[in-house]
This record gives sequence, C-alpha cells and structure tokens, in this order.
Amino acid sequence: MSVFFAQLRRDLLIAIRDRSEAANPIAFFLLAVLLLGLGLGRDAGTLGPGAIWVLALFANVLAAEGLFRRDHEDGTLEQMLVRARPLFPAVLGKLAAHWLLAGLPLAALSPLAVFFLHGSMAGATPLCGTLLLGTPILAALSAIGAALTVGTGRGGMLLAILVMPLYVPVLVFGVGAAKAADGAAFAQLMLAAMLVAALTTAPFAVGKALSISQEY
Amino acid sequence: MGLGSWAKRAFHRTGSPRWFFAGSRRWMIGLYTLGIALILVGSIWGLGFVPPERYQGDSFRILFVHVPAASLAQTMYIAIAVAGLVYLVWRMKMAEMLIAAAAPIGMAVTAAALATGIIWGMPTWGKGWVWDARTVSTLVLLLLFFGLQALRQAIAHPERAALAVSLLAVVGVVNIPIIKYSVEWFTTLHQPPSIEIGKRPTIASVYLWPLAVNALGYYCFVAGVVIAALRVRIVEREANAEWLRSWLAKQER
Repeated sequence: MSVFFAQLRRDLLIAIRDRSEAANPIAFFLLAVLLLGLGLGRDAGTLGPGAIWVLALFANVLAAEGLFRRDHEDGTLEQMLVRARPLFPAVLGKLAAHWLLAGLPLAALSPLAVFFLHGSMAGATPLCGTLLLGTPILAALSAIGAALTVGTGRGGMLLAILVMPLYVPVLVFGVGAAKAADGAAFAQLMLAAMLVAALTTAPFAVGKALSISQEY
Repeated sequence: MGLGSWAKRAFHRTGSPRWFFAGSRRWMIGLYTLGIALILVGSIWGLGFVPPERYQGDSFRILFVHVPAASLAQTMYIAIAVAGLVYLVWRMKMAEMLIAAAAPIGMAVTAAALATGIIWGMPTWGKGWVWDARTVSTLVLLLLFFGLQALRQAIAHPERAALAVSLLAVVGVVNIPIIKYSVEWFTTLHQPPSIEIGKRPTIASVYLWPLAVNALGYYCFVAGVVIAALRVRIVEREANAEWLRSWLAKQER
C-alpha cells in the first residue's frame, strides 16, 4: 500500500511542478470541443453523448503517450522495475495519478462541453457519471499500449492503433449508459464491471509490458 | 506409454523447429489437398445444387464463403492469443514463429470476411455497411491484426518484439467475447447466430451440409497455408543451423 501511495504522491508532485504538461489533455479536450462545435455549427445540438465520449477517448490516447516516457528517459522506470516487486501497487499508483490528471478533469469538464455544443443539459449528469466510470478503464487500457511502445521511439499513432480497438466496448457501454434509454442501467452495470476488471487485471499486463520493454 | 506422456512428447516435439520442419511437409500437403477437395465439393454443391433461399434468392450463396471466413478470422485470432500465452510462459520459439506466420494470413481472412459481408449486405440489408455489432467487431478484429503487425515492425529487437506482440495478442483477446456476445447485447439488423454448439441449428439442413463441408475445407486449406508460412519462418530463423544446412544440401543433390 505504501508503494502505491509513494508512486501516486511522486507522480502528482511532478505534475504540480510541471503544470503545463499536466494541463495539456484538458486544453486538447476543450480545443477538440471547439473544433467540433465550429465544424458542425447549428447541427452540434443534435450530437448525443457519443461525440463527447469520442473526444474524451482521443484526449486519453494522447495523454497516455507521456505516461512512461519521462520515466524511461531518466531511468526511473528501470529503478521501479528493479525495486518494486510486485509491480502491481506501483503501476496502480501511476495509473491513479494519471487518471487524476488526465481522466478526472475530462469527466468534470464534460458538462461544460455539453453546454458549448448546445446539448441538452439534462443529459450532462449521466454523461459526467459515465465518464467518471469509463475514463479509469481507458487509462488502464492505454497504459498497456504506452508500456508496450515505451522504448520504441514511435509513440502517437502506433499507440492509438494498438489501444483504440480495445476501447470499443468501453465506448459502446459508455454511450449506452449515458443515454436515457432502455438498457442504460444494464450498460452502467457493465461499465462498472469493466472498471473493476480493468483495475484488477490491467496493472499486471502493464507490469509485464514494462518488463518486456526494459529487459534487453 | 500412457496418453499423458505421449501428449507431453508430442508437445515437446512440435516445439522443436527441426522436428516440426521435418514432419510438417506431409501435413501441409495433406491439408492442402483435403482443403481444396472439400472447398470444391462444398462450393459446387452450395452454388449449383442447393435451392434458392425463400427471402434472399440467390444472393445468400456468398454465405458459403462469408461464414467460413468470419469463423476462421476469430479462430485465428484466438489461436494467435493462445500461442502468445504459450510464448510468454514457456518462451517456446515455435509459438512466436506461429504468431508471426499466422498474423498476416489472419488479417487477409478477416478482410475477406468483411468484403464478402459487405457484398452480401448490399442486396440483403439494402446497404453494404451497417453499424451493427458484428460488422463492427470484425472491423475491430482487422485492426487488432494490423496492430500486431505494426507493433512487431516498431520494435527493432526481434525477441522483445515477439514478447510484446504476444502480450498484445493476449490482451486483445478480450475483444473476442464481444464479437461473440454482441448479438445478444444489441438487437440490431444482423440476424441472430444460426449455428450454435449444443443447439439445433435454425438453418435448414439443405444449406447446413454444404456450408459445413466448405467451412471444414477452408479450415484445412488455411491450416495448410499457415504451416507453409511457418516453414518459411523456420528457414529464415534457423538459416545458420546445422540441421537445416544439411537438409538443404540433401535437397540440392
């Protein structure tokens, strides 16, 4: 447990001391909302929660690229792999910090995005709730991709290609849960189930991927 | 010799590139022959001798290709994921070579499943592409195959690339249940599955038999192609091995 909190504290401290990088996903999200609003004009009001979910998903992939890069470059990652055994709590700590910086703000800003896009404000609360449930899953999945690509020198596109197919169920259930329709309750439960599954299993995959990337 | 020790020996033997290379030639030729024969029988039967379907007319006949391709696409991804797990756990060289050999073939099969599905959908659903759970899942499967290839090419170190691809394949297999159960999750345009293990098929037996023959034929044929690709991998990978050199020298003589 102490490893978890130590990792969480360290990553949050780094983010606080280098605010500009931490703010990037939020700025990207707002920028994407702006472009969507401008591109669609009056039609933007007809967009459902799906549009904002997709934007949050893109912001998440972009944010994930930096998850391990700095640690890899300055050797911290190798130290973590050497010292933190089992890796699970350390990886979970990194994920928690990443989510607090790049997931939670997106969920919190989603009502604002609905407002900008002239969506119905009645749908803002369920959208925010499903994003709160869904963004940790996205963070856990993208961390696997980030760990696999960390040493390759090819981030961005490759990471998106690897990770985005895995986002499909999250997107489907997230949008289903945010809509006020039949099956929303079921989709919410499925989202919650996927959250539990992702948090309990993905750190193992991330740890394995990190070991592979640093082994040779 | 008990069954257990026989299975263990077979497992170890298949894991040796040398033994596999020597033994697989017969398998390859056998699977090719059987596959082509079954596909010929199934296709001539299905295309020429089966009555037209009541609602879809003759356009349903593409399903004799589409269904085997779609089924193969999933099976191949699962096989790759199993091989990935085997490689991650036991570091078995053959498992890694199997992934490298099967991934591009799986990608082609998935593309064929999508293409035939679109061709079938145009007259039957009135549009080639619908955002239906199964079409989307197959497209996702294609992208997963693509991701395996992209990741392999991005990592310069071959062994690390193999490990990373194996892990990605294992992680990606979470997508397969979604393909399977998506039909129950959403009730969309796609018809519910007609053939399920343990249930009576809802497809008329006139159509089921040629379909089964064709599906078996495609499975055999693609297995033969995978073995051929695997043999090429072995030659590439073991180019400096003594046994391969002496085998090649024997071929030349």
